Amino acid sequence: MPLRNLEGKAAGSLDFARDDGAWMMESLDQIKSRIEAAVPGAKIEIVANGSPSQQDSLLIDNEHAVATARFLRVDPALRLDFCSNVTGVDWLDRVVKKTIKVKTVVEGVEKEVDQTTEEEIPGYLEAVYHLYSMTHKHGPVIIRTRTADRAECARLSSLTPVWRSAEFQEREIYDLYGIHFDGHPDLRRILMWDEFEDHPMRKDYVQPDDFEWEPTPHDDVLARAKHHYPPRPQMDGAEGIVEPLKR
Amino acid sequence: MDATVQTIEAMERPPVTMASRLEGELLEVSMGPQHPSTHGVFRMNVALEGEIVRKLKPVFGYLHRNHEQIGEHTSYLGSMPYTDRLDYFCSMSNNWAYALSVEKLAGIEVPERAEYLRVILAELTRLQNHASLLGFLLSDMGAWGTPLMYAFREREKILDLFESLAGSRMMCDYMRFGGCRLDASEEWLARAKQIVDRFPEFLDEFEELILGNEIVIGRTQNVGKLSAELAISAGITGPMLRASGVNYDVRKVDGYGFYPRFKFRIPLGNHGDTYDRLMMRALEMRESVGILKQAFAQIQPGPIVNPKVKVRAFRPPAGEAYGRIEAPKGELGFYLISDGGPNPYRYRVRPPSFINLTVLEDLCLGHTVADVMVILGSVDIVMGEVDR
Amino acid sequence: MIGTGILKGMAVTARNFVGSYFDKERLITIQYPEERNPLPENYRNFPFLIYDGDDPHAGLRCVACKICEKECPPQCIYIVKSDDKKPDYMGKPQFYPKVFDIDISVCMSCQICVEVCPFEAIKMDKEFELSKRERFDALLSRKEELSKSNDYYHKIHPLEAAAVDKNLADAAAVAEAKKKAAAEAAAKAAAAKAAATKPPPAGDAASVPGKPTPSSQQ
Repeated sequence: MPLRNLEGKAAGSLDFARDDGAWMMESLDQIKSRIEAAVPGAKIEIVANGSPSQQDSLLIDNEHAVATARFLRVDPALRLDFCSNVTGVDWLDRVVKKTIKVKTVVEGVEKEVDQTTEEEIPGYLEAVYHLYSMTHKHGPVIIRTRTADRAECARLSSLTPVWRSAEFQEREIYDLYGIHFDGHPDLRRILMWDEFEDHPMRKDYVQPDDFEWEPTPHDDVLARAKHHYPPRPQMDGAEGIVEPLKR
Repeated sequence: MDATVQTIEAMERPPVTMASRLEGELLEVSMGPQHPSTHGVFRMNVALEGEIVRKLKPVFGYLHRNHEQIGEHTSYLGSMPYTDRLDYFCSMSNNWAYALSVEKLAGIEVPERAEYLRVILAELTRLQNHASLLGFLLSDMGAWGTPLMYAFREREKILDLFESLAGSRMMCDYMRFGGCRLDASEEWLARAKQIVDRFPEFLDEFEELILGNEIVIGRTQNVGKLSAELAISAGITGPMLRASGVNYDVRKVDGYGFYPRFKFRIPLGNHGDTYDRLMMRALEMRESVGILKQAFAQIQPGPIVNPKVKVRAFRPPAGEAYGRIEAPKGELGFYLISDGGPNPYRYRVRPPSFINLTVLEDLCLGHTVADVMVILGSVDIVMGEVDR
Repeated sequence: MIGTGILKGMAVTARNFVGSYFDKERLITIQYPEERNPLPENYRNFPFLIYDGDDPHAGLRCVACKICEKECPPQCIYIVKSDDKKPDYMGKPQFYPKVFDIDISVCMSCQICVEVCPFEAIKMDKEFELSKRERFDALLSRKEELSKSNDYYHKIHPLEAAAVDKNLADAAAVAEAKKKAAAEAAAKAAAAKAAATKPPPAGDAASVPGKPTPSSQQ
């Protein structure tokens, strides 16, 4: 029989929802001050976003990350119970030029002169969390945690105890970027195979020359056989390419 | 419209927590990666006690094509054809999500006709995706392809529409930043309207074929129950979340595109089991037909792309943006970080199928091996999206 | 009664099966390759190069600007520019591609090369029955294979080809008009210059009253 929709809760198992579209969210400054009040010792910074999307984020220090996350989830006004996206980002060592106006004395007259300073920022790895609220239907609140460096100290606290959706995504960040998440229930590689070494999404990853080759016992037989047969470029590779590819 | 749902009362199922009276070890079986019912190359390491699943660990990565790193080496426009191949059933939705994120990043506006076309194509995609899913699930249950072919008959009509508009059935590459690539002629709109008008007849026939079927009901009711708290915590989105009773649809919450102009309802489930997840898709198809009829009535001629956007040498300002849509499988989001250059600095896809698989173990514990296939089918995964 | 759902389902399949003998719409299978579905105009599969007229070398529109090579996402196009030039459809001497290869095992038919080409030289073909027996060299399409005439383009994409021809004709007309205007302006400037350097005739200004003398003309 054709299925039709239910009005009100009756014998079937389906219902239709009313649309509530309340958009109430505090600004990032308010959230920042409330976090600092609720989690003592937390160091929060607001990272501005240059694009027209106006999605600024909060930089959270690693020791208080779990406490901050828990506060964000249980606080009645925010109720950020849905962690939508966990991203890893790799920042290499950068040199950032800053131009500031400095008062200097030029030929006896005090003037404001542009002075460019170069600041060296050491590289780090970052985990960015996009949080929404299913209860209040607002968001996003974006939080970031940074590692100290890109080598030994690439460790962060896992937020999986707070939001279960971070489980697979943090595993993926571990696999592709190499950030070790403390407190993750099952941290192992997820997209690459378990014996793989190195972390492919890092900016300084170099593809190995032989990544499509797997050693087999037959290889040395094939190497010896090659000497006895004429080369067949039309079967084994494209002949007639006039020049090597210049990129 | 009022519904009468056939349920089998007091269907006696054997108790699932049976303690084995025989001493023995758990049998570890690897289901997949070559398996007709795992929706792609997907592997599950299952530990069985008799027929009951005691542990289930999913293994991914067989279709990992490093789409995110390709995105870092390709221009913004060049990544658009690659997004077609993420969730290869729903290429129009993937294109829209990516275009939306770039438009958020660069602050680009979209003309009206382009927004209407985007809604029409996304809802057509939703129709064919949900129809295919119901067909595939029935095939997994052993229905030998008949419901699948019924669903594919409708899907072919929609794919023919895509082919005559975008040039390709599945890899459409149709959206551009600031609008759409080609305009839809009046004749195309008339043909699409005709197909949509006849869709409810197909839905009635399809529901008569499968949703009243006792075998389907017996195999899917009370199987794979997902509670609302677990669903929210695990980041489940899409019809799977709404089957557990949580009212969260990105079309209503974010109101992207022109969705606020259309009247449509969100179906919710009460039990969170597999049968509810099936019903979600069936009801969402009806709602999509309603949205399409309204869109066909409201669309007007006009420009389809924002003329201020450059096609070559497109450099958005430095910054980041996260844009998301309600794809047929869940919330599909793109997170882009730009450093002012022609290629993105970080290009991340938030894949709904991947995250919906977080709870697969919780759903399958205590059920039999046969139920695992049914539960996996109702999660609606496509490996192109899970592995990227 | 238990089983009614299954029986209703069977009734649906029976209706479709029996109906397929009477109703054309229920018989949806197309017996390929004896019957073929007509391809829509917009269908695209692998690019090709257009030449005007009969000579694939002289009429080739491509000027080896390498924009398509740069924008191609999987980088499947390989172009080597020539050293000499040949005249294009407007008569201006342009470079042409000495080598133009597309690896169709890599090409994903995204048609971005068509979108970015400023010379309407590369368009999408519709051939899809292209299976070959070898994996590598046979799937590399070279310039000779890729060059097809404008008449072929009109046959496969009639509306698009008509629009492209109109664009090219308009561009040619605009270029012609600009050239003519420039020529006229140059001729006028030359005539004015010649008139200015001619010595003014010694005339009685009083003999023809009212008529301005050349010397007073500017």
